[in-house]
Amino acid sequence: MEAAPERRIRVLVAKLGLDAHDRGAKVVARAYRDAGFEVIYTGLYQRPEAVAAAAIQEDVDVVAISSLAGAHGVLIPELTRLLREQGVDDVLILAGGIIPEDDVPALLEAGVSRVFGPGSDLNEIIEYTKVNVKR
Amino acid sequence: MTAEERAAELFARLATGDRRALARAITWVEDGAPEASALMRLAYPRTGRAHVVGITGPPWAGKSTLVDRLAVELRARGQTVAIVAVDPTSPFSGGAILGDRIRMQRTLTDPGVFMRSLAARGHLGGLSPATAEVVGLLDAFGFDVVLVETVGAGQSEVEIMELAHTTCVVVIPGMGDEIQAIKAGILEIGDVFVCNKADRDGADRTVNEIEMMLDLGHMGEPGINRWPSETEGAQASQSADGAAAPDGKASVGARAGDAALRRLDRTGHHSAEELGNVASYLTRAAAHAAARHGTANPGDISWRPPVLKTVAKDGLGVAEVVDRLGEHLTFLKETGRWQARREHDAARRLEELVRERVVRATLARARAVGDFERLVRQVADRQLDPYTAADEILRSHWGG
Amino acid sequence: MAGGERKERFAGVSDRPVKRFYGPDDIAGFDYHRDLGDPGEYPFTRGVYPTMYRGKLWTMRQFAGFGTAEETNARFRYLLEQGQTGLSTAFDMPTLLGYDSDHPYANGEVGKLGVAIDSLEDFEILFEGIPLDKVSTSMTINPPASVMLAMYLVVAEKQGVSWDQVSGTIQNDILKDYIAQKTYIYPPEPSLRLITDTIAFCARHVPRWNTISISGYHIREAGATAAQELAFTLANGMTYVEAAIRAGLDVDEFAPRLSFFFDVHNDFFEEIAKFRAARRIWARVMRERFGAKNPRSWMLRTHAQTAGVSLTAQQPENNIVRVTLQALAAVLGGTQSLHTNSYDEALALPSEDAVRIALRTQQIIAEESGVANVVDPLAGSYYVEYLTGKLEEEAYAYFDQIEAQGGVIAAIEKGWFQQQIADSAYRFQRRVQSGDYKVVGVNAYVDPDEKLNVKILKVNPDVQRRQIERVRRVRETRNQQASAAALAELRRASQASENLMPYIIECVRNYCTVGEICGLWRELWGEYREESVY
Repeated sequence: MEAAPERRIRVLVAKLGLDAHDRGAKVVARAYRDAGFEVIYTGLYQRPEAVAAAAIQEDVDVVAISSLAGAHGVLIPELTRLLREQGVDDVLILAGGIIPEDDVPALLEAGVSRVFGPGSDLNEIIEYTKVNVKR
Repeated sequence: MTAEERAAELFARLATGDRRALARAITWVEDGAPEASALMRLAYPRTGRAHVVGITGPPWAGKSTLVDRLAVELRARGQTVAIVAVDPTSPFSGGAILGDRIRMQRTLTDPGVFMRSLAARGHLGGLSPATAEVVGLLDAFGFDVVLVETVGAGQSEVEIMELAHTTCVVVIPGMGDEIQAIKAGILEIGDVFVCNKADRDGADRTVNEIEMMLDLGHMGEPGINRWPSETEGAQASQSADGAAAPDGKASVGARAGDAALRRLDRTGHHSAEELGNVASYLTRAAAHAAARHGTANPGDISWRPPVLKTVAKDGLGVAEVVDRLGEHLTFLKETGRWQARREHDAARRLEELVRERVVRATLARARAVGDFERLVRQVADRQLDPYTAADEILRSHWGG
Repeated sequence: MAGGERKERFAGVSDRPVKRFYGPDDIAGFDYHRDLGDPGEYPFTRGVYPTMYRGKLWTMRQFAGFGTAEETNARFRYLLEQGQTGLSTAFDMPTLLGYDSDHPYANGEVGKLGVAIDSLEDFEILFEGIPLDKVSTSMTINPPASVMLAMYLVVAEKQGVSWDQVSGTIQNDILKDYIAQKTYIYPPEPSLRLITDTIAFCARHVPRWNTISISGYHIREAGATAAQELAFTLANGMTYVEAAIRAGLDVDEFAPRLSFFFDVHNDFFEEIAKFRAARRIWARVMRERFGAKNPRSWMLRTHAQTAGVSLTAQQPENNIVRVTLQALAAVLGGTQSLHTNSYDEALALPSEDAVRIALRTQQIIAEESGVANVVDPLAGSYYVEYLTGKLEEEAYAYFDQIEAQGGVIAAIEKGWFQQQIADSAYRFQRRVQSGDYKVVGVNAYVDPDEKLNVKILKVNPDVQRRQIERVRRVRETRNQQASAAALAELRRASQASENLMPYIIECVRNYCTVGEICGLWRELWGEYREESVY
């Protein structure tokens, strides 16, 4: 007999634009996996359209964007705009990496729920995700 | 809204080509949501059109890269493509890294392509329980081709063969002891074999080994697909010395003598005895498979699987793979196997569903009055044997 | 705890268990002349030069770059005024990846992580007022390295400085990009061709130029341990030597101009030992395996940078202390050149104040601490000699594993290095999570009410617009015929097997852009796709 179907939280860990730093994204992806989530990592050099398409096709609960190249102010709002335009309104959007305090309000405005800076505790990220998933 | 109503509303959107609805429907089915069975009922009439192709093979064979290229080629030929990639779930955490999407970079913003990554979710070594239903939804949505990618491990080869119309087995050169590796399960299930990373050393040897094994199992001329009529096949099996396989296919191993076997050995590495053993093994396995999985799969000597070489990362050899996949589909349709397969699948599915429900209902009733637990204790203590216990359950609780 | 110690197990950042103390037994078989030699003597364990810092201090070379060429030029001049002795250039992501500032993919990224360079005009501004015969310049650039070098040479020419007077380094190390830094563009074969072309060209025409900076820094920053950093870097180095020899060069023609670039991380003694082990291994490999005859071919000369990943956003002033200890380790390790990170590095690119403190850190070590008065003072320490030997042993074990996979490139294609690194990174993170590894301000001595009060550098948002205007103007106002002809010639030569440097130089002279040149190669050679593991 098969095990009963179970609900798993699905996370898309994304790198946008030309940012080549992938250490953090990979560590976070594994941490999510070890906490029982199903994780899809986009890999490097993704255009916002490709990340939006992935988020939709994979029907993820969470999009976690890692940004260490300073382009967060342009690329993250572009991504959230694409998601909104395609009717996606029930995905938790998180950002992490090197994002100055001053830039956080604009990201929250754009639809990001929380920004995790360097040195963030992985358990905190995971707990926050579990508690704030929208579905 | 009830679950049925929600399912109907979502399905109505899916039917207009709404990809978000499709993605959500897949989630409901994967999660076993209350809407799932209503969704599948609505989807079912629209299924049965897509060509479902299974892509399996060991890890690091470059399957995802090949799938990416296949999708590009299919799109160039005007087909719409859905991709389902299944990855194992971690037994420790229940989570999973779904790592195939990352290798499919060429087509993901193409509206004619849809990709979904699935975790096996506790289904050891194989496809996730919902994979068949996910494929059904993609079929119902209208994709021409559904590519299902899975790591060949444990049971999944068998499952992919049951799920797919055409199974493509991907190997790489230098897999070590060729005959052992090949015997380990893949030869029986492949309709098309691909040696990827063929720019590496040992590619030709790997191809030759597989060709040789296929010759032993198929007796056909290498590379040519023979589609004999039913009568031809029957005549062939009658002339065999009484060792016909259960569904009437000829048994090669029983007919070929040493000299014939050695002629088929292109590599010169194997003794006649080895070859004879392999031939009998393959014939028996093929017959077994044919009996279990319907006539559209190996064991069916009228389709001689081609063995192709590709370098997927450079796109080499991919067009030919698509050609052969298409040829296999044509073969299935022209020889009546497509229809036979539909009936076989319907029978199997119906049997599965009936069996599931009967078992569930019967055991639920037995548990509800404590009979099941009581009988378990008696059987465990050897006061009762399990066959008698089962009889008792059926007598008391079946069909009630 | 056992024996009155604070913990069951003591291990530093590489998770290497450490005994309570080390003695003669730990270096049994040690032989001074075989294992160390005097400073400047084979196998150079004690340093590549006999006088080391008594002859010349290490080059103080702070990595700098942001915004447009004007802003970076100003930062360069500031640093030189403050006593820096060499330049080091940081380019923005579009430049690193061969895109012009007006390419759609460059949107939002122009000038953010480094200076935006699109054409020779930017280079002319970048080095305005900086005499290229007096100042050596390092450029952190990989696939487009040949283009940056070409621009530098043309600027030098325009200053009246001949190419044999020009000195500096291009990073030009594509293998570590596939492994860790990830700023790759093209597949391995054409990438190696570009590298061997620059090596061959400079061997003849730019003799004082370091044509490659074989780097471990990025490998370490991506999560590798010290032993992995050491082994993977040297394995890459050997792969380049093999490639250059296959391309027809004599080893002594180019080996003296190979240079290295290591990280310098927290574990003080492990880092010092790493530098010493690196020199010893390389000297032996060059002399015994590659048969180099020129002693300069046996010398591992290196730049070092303090570990960016070790810096915290919490209580950022603590970073000054971290960097000081790391810089000291690099000096005791015998580095030729050093970059010290600024304390605000975990928040943004360095502000002027922060980079000045970083520079002063080096100057205080040089002038006040006394460590520069003596060469390799830690030689003979049981612990340091033990560690040096142990790291060497571990490196050789990794070399065997790499060989077993068919070499560096085969291992890269299998994702082997990347998996090792991802595993080490994850293990380290778990140690931090569990508190086994303490990071002050983050999981120890945390200030819950911390209010960040650091003025960080903000890249002028106007930079992108200005740079886009500039590159468009350059394209419009250059000699169209000459630039088109130069590109056509480059295309032809790229499809043949000629040395591309002269053609690249001709292109940049005529104001062809970085995007045009790199785009041409993208067309011809395709883009590399990595086998992503995690």
